[in-house]
Amino acid sequence: MRRFVAALLLAAGAAAAQPPADPRAPAETAKAALPTPNDPVAAKRAVALGNELRCLVCQNQSIEESNAELAVDLRRQIREQIAQGKSDREIIDYMVARYGDFVLYRPPFKATTALLWIGPFLLLAVGLAAARRVIAARRARADERPLTEAERREAERLLAGARESE
Amino acid sequence: MKRALVFAIPLAIFLLLAVFLLRGLGLNPREVPSPLIGKPAPAFQLATLADPAKAFSQKDMAGRVWLLNVWASWCVACRQEHPLLVEVARKNVLPIVGLNYKDDPADAKAWLAQFGDPYLLSVADRDGRVGIDFGVYGVPETFLIDKTGTIRFKHIGPITPEAWEKKILPLVRELEKA
Repeated sequence: MRRFVAALLLAAGAAAAQPPADPRAPAETAKAALPTPNDPVAAKRAVALGNELRCLVCQNQSIEESNAELAVDLRRQIREQIAQGKSDREIIDYMVARYGDFVLYRPPFKATTALLWIGPFLLLAVGLAAARRVIAARRARADERPLTEAERREAERLLAGARESE
Repeated sequence: MKRALVFAIPLAIFLLLAVFLLRGLGLNPREVPSPLIGKPAPAFQLATLADPAKAFSQKDMAGRVWLLNVWASWCVACRQEHPLLVEVARKNVLPIVGLNYKDDPADAKAWLAQFGDPYLLSVADRDGRVGIDFGVYGVPETFLIDKTGTIRFKHIGPITPEAWEKKILPLVRELEKA
């Protein structure tokens, strides 16, 4: 049981340890000189930002992937704002001010999103508790006392009788 | 006691899930709540559709309760709600300003000539930038703006007679008293 929990925790830790680079930790390498759209650093930032934002027209695609007209416009917005020297944080805030947390594929943790963030862990906790109960119950049944000498003989007699009658 | 729990716990989980899913059935994932409700309408200045030499700004409507209706001649759903807007304009309920979104002015004018023009005026947002400031992600969308220039309500999609009677009109009456 304990090994099972440890394995689960390890798996969860491994999953949490390598999320994609968070765009909100701004990589403001290109702030001194205004980046041009064909600047590879700016282009990379624009793509990273576009991948973090949900297209509101086709909701399962990011702004970077979608071909909806709004996504095209918003990609243009991102590139223009990068060219104006805005930080990633400022561009994300610009989008959230207009479209709400819904545009973020990683919404912030607050009262309205608490269940979204904690829910899976709650379910995991419930599942672990249930598994623990079931396993404990099974173990209690297995831990019954060994047979006495008389019982063993009785069992052997029954088994032998069963074999003969076949 | 233990037997009761064995039945009660899964049943409780099932009921909880059922409540969530049932609620989910009634929600439209396309309707994303706007963060602009209760905030001042974004500032803009755009040329009017009728006369590109004339500019219109949201400030021109200060002191009035008004609707900003996002429309386009290429938008099919706009035709659905249009008779309702024409009727509202005919009854002089409140001024409606059209935000002609990413449209060709010639097409837009022809569309108004064909279906009727309920708008006090329409402004041309040709590249959709003002639309982005208003968080527009589909056409039609309608914003109800109060006397102080604050957005009080946003309707996504064509306005149905039901939405008009039950939600928008009562709010208009209330805001006009303020």
